Amino acid sequence: MSAAAAFPVSSVPGCGDAPVLRERGQREVFCGLTGIVWLHRKIQDAFFLVVGSRTCAHLLQSAAGVMIFAEPRFATAIIDERDLAGLADCNDELDRVVTRLIERRPDIKLLFLVGSCPSEVIKLDLSRAAQRLSRRFSPGVRVLNYSGSGIETTFTQGEDACLAALVPEMPAEPGTARSLLVVGALAEVVEDQFLRLFAALGVGPVRFLPSRRAAELPPIGPGTRYILAQPFLNDTARALEARGATRIAAPFPLGVEGTTAWLTAAAEVWGTPAARIAEAIAPAATRARAALGRIKERLQGKSIFFFPDSQLEIPLARFLSRELGMKLTEVGTPYLHKQHLAEELAMLPEGTMLSEGQHVERQLDRCRAEKPDIAVCGLGLANPLEAEGMTTKWSIELVFTPIQGFDQAADLAELFARPLVRRAKLMV
Amino acid sequence: MQLAVWTYEGPPHIGAMRIATAMEGVHYVLHAPQGDTYADLLFTMIERRSKRPPVTYTTFQAQDLGGDTANLFREAVLDAYERFRPQALLVGASCTAELIQDDPGGLAKTLGLPIPVVPLELPAYQRKENWGASETFYQLVRACAAPHVPPPGTRRLRGAVPRCNILGPTALGFRHRDDVPEVERLLETLGIEVNVIAPMGATPADLARLGDADFNVVLYPEVAGQAASWLKRSFGQPFTTIVPIGVGATKDFVAEVAQIAGVAAATANGTLRLPWYSRSVDSTYLTNKRVFIFGDATHAIAAARVASQELGFQVVGLGSYSREFGREIRAAATAHGVEPLITDDYLEVEQQIAALQPELVLGTQMERHVAKRLGIPCAVISAPVHVQDFPARHSPQMGIEGANVLFDTWVHPLMMGLEEHLLGMFREDFEFNDGVSPSHLGGHAMPRPGHGAPSELGKEAAPAAQPLPAPAAVTPHAAAGDPSAAVTGTLVVAWGADAEKELKKIPFFVRGKARRNTERFAQERGIGTITLETLYDAKAHYSR
Repeated sequence: MSAAAAFPVSSVPGCGDAPVLRERGQREVFCGLTGIVWLHRKIQDAFFLVVGSRTCAHLLQSAAGVMIFAEPRFATAIIDERDLAGLADCNDELDRVVTRLIERRPDIKLLFLVGSCPSEVIKLDLSRAAQRLSRRFSPGVRVLNYSGSGIETTFTQGEDACLAALVPEMPAEPGTARSLLVVGALAEVVEDQFLRLFAALGVGPVRFLPSRRAAELPPIGPGTRYILAQPFLNDTARALEARGATRIAAPFPLGVEGTTAWLTAAAEVWGTPAARIAEAIAPAATRARAALGRIKERLQGKSIFFFPDSQLEIPLARFLSRELGMKLTEVGTPYLHKQHLAEELAMLPEGTMLSEGQHVERQLDRCRAEKPDIAVCGLGLANPLEAEGMTTKWSIELVFTPIQGFDQAADLAELFARPLVRRAKLMV
Repeated sequence: MQLAVWTYEGPPHIGAMRIATAMEGVHYVLHAPQGDTYADLLFTMIERRSKRPPVTYTTFQAQDLGGDTANLFREAVLDAYERFRPQALLVGASCTAELIQDDPGGLAKTLGLPIPVVPLELPAYQRKENWGASETFYQLVRACAAPHVPPPGTRRLRGAVPRCNILGPTALGFRHRDDVPEVERLLETLGIEVNVIAPMGATPADLARLGDADFNVVLYPEVAGQAASWLKRSFGQPFTTIVPIGVGATKDFVAEVAQIAGVAAATANGTLRLPWYSRSVDSTYLTNKRVFIFGDATHAIAAARVASQELGFQVVGLGSYSREFGREIRAAATAHGVEPLITDDYLEVEQQIAALQPELVLGTQMERHVAKRLGIPCAVISAPVHVQDFPARHSPQMGIEGANVLFDTWVHPLMMGLEEHLLGMFREDFEFNDGVSPSHLGGHAMPRPGHGAPSELGKEAAPAAQPLPAPAAVTPHAAAGDPSAAVTGTLVVAWGADAEKELKKIPFFVRGKARRNTERFAQERGIGTITLETLYDAKAHYSR
């Protein structure tokens, strides 16, 4: 049996053409600036300077929690009323702040100027500022820019914008040599697991975007095959294709099935025989399946409702429904990229209610009417819903915890089981 | 532009949210882009509220900017009114909406809602959170109470029992929840009735009754000062100026209230333990402990008085991020004979703490982290604070129980006096010194870093046989600062064997400081090798 046959593709109806409820109204979501909180841990010699307001600084501080004190590599240049008086002044001010920053932190090799709502609205040209500052600090520091503003990006889309800004910086791969580029920030432990699996599958060379160091950006060219490890990388994918890379379509590596399909999709491009694929994957997949089996008892038959947050909702819903037997009520996502999610949608149970965007009050009404066993939502909604008697799983944890790959499948399931176990245990 | 990693205060609309969330029957429609809802989790997570803050965000996006964001705002107001049916509506703009100039107040007025609509002008690029809270409370009080203002010249009629309002407690306020009942208890002892507590728990209808009281108790001037001034002008209500944090301030507060209310001062001191605890001999070691204090103006000034007069500390630094209260902070700093530090840049605060090397830091969450990094004990006295400072237990700062709480909270991070004395006395003892782990851990379970695992031999042997310890990094002080000769880069100071041995006799928790002081002393005098004499010369030089 080929590992690829382990999951049915579009031959089954799934949700490929299912109608999607599109809503607009109040959105209870983070803006793209939040991506900085995990991206700065990933790219170890980059600094993220938000050009924004006190609100932006306050958001980062609230989202980063205690991390803010470990000499973080991010900060905010807070625009004040003098900056609003005239744009020329604003650029001088920015130069002054960046100069001070780079003097203070000589270890920084890459500086991102991150646009925010205020900087976008006053049309502060951060791309020109980045070019100007790059020239000034060349060759020691490269300065790039992207927007993490709420008016343009939702939560994980900040990572998309950041990676898309890195793509033009990637060196050209000479010739048409084939290489695999795994796109999307993953925990290092997950990267290392994937590297070992790809080696066993005969797939290589394998590189990652983002890289751990700014100076070690992977090369790219017509021979580059890229595979998305995260579902929210729309602009990055487009930028990679503009440089000649070709996407390997696959479901996302969540759960045993998703990880198997994801690895298999790449191996097939490399022409790895089915038997070798099955053999390479078997040990980890079997181990993961056994671990999942123990958690399945607690989750089977339970219903789940997803509020939109990270765009991970659809792959997560697929994993929870197919591998753990959970019932999907509504699966909300801030943004639905039909092409990147085609394989995922095909695997969702037919009739799953999908929604894109948000009108939070109406969605809360639907959630209360559904009375799901567990609701996946942000921290602004979680305690209030718990107080109403609902069990919740706060969604940001799914972005900060290693959840991809075989050996994290049970950890991922456990994240959903724990709130239910807790509710059952507490006798007060 | 200002480079900021940490901000002591959020933008002013967070202050407005603190008022709206504290109250009942108020809803706030905030013209804001996607993402500004992050502020909800301050209330649901840090303060662990079980309800969402009563705030509706318009969530405009880039594609709306060319079009009709004003209409988006109107719809959001109508939706919010229909859904929540508040008694009063606050409308305003966050920092980004301020730039697109839609005039929330004007737009909301045109909708003709049958409830008071209070427009908030909160300049996000000039002002901050506390100012926003103060302004919002003031505007709400005005909107609700102004219709009941008596004509000028009306004489106040006093009832048989004096009545007051308690003003200032908000959502996300540091210990506001527990301060209120403590103050109510003080007022009860005086026989004073409480008319309205606001904003915490009050409705707009309650605000309309504010004028029924004889006077106002202002708990947090940062929030309620402006509203109290207006009430004084409009209703002739005097207000209190003393914040009852600490024993002395509580006594003064009671005297002030009694005088305003025309009653005899009285306090039920039955459960007050701070004065005796502070006099008990175990507290002698607290004398002149050098303390650095930073926070909002109210808490910092109050803490300085408690520290100096009630615990016998020496205040070596006093500062605040509340620029609005610069005058008060400067006055208090002068009274304690220190330079005031008025800044919202935590790097400046950190620099000051590092330079002063206090033995205790009283500050915010930020100072807690600075102190941790510098290896200095610390207690939290002011917002901003994290989730652990919204405790489940009753934990006021004000009044009688507040004083007890302050004593415990501030002394706890310092070593208890008896313990300190014993360590000094038995520092050469084979099983009671810093090289040996506590006996309940088997004496060798947890080697201190730098000592290596204590060998069985070391455990048995007399102190002299102990391995020569201690790269300086053993102590917290040394771990934080750099005690080595590299400080000047010019003169490398070496330690003579005798001096090094003598240094080991100094208790480990002050050894880092002693090492540092001695090295600085030697460097300043061009002494290349530290001898026993240098060590004691330095000790004499730095002793106070």
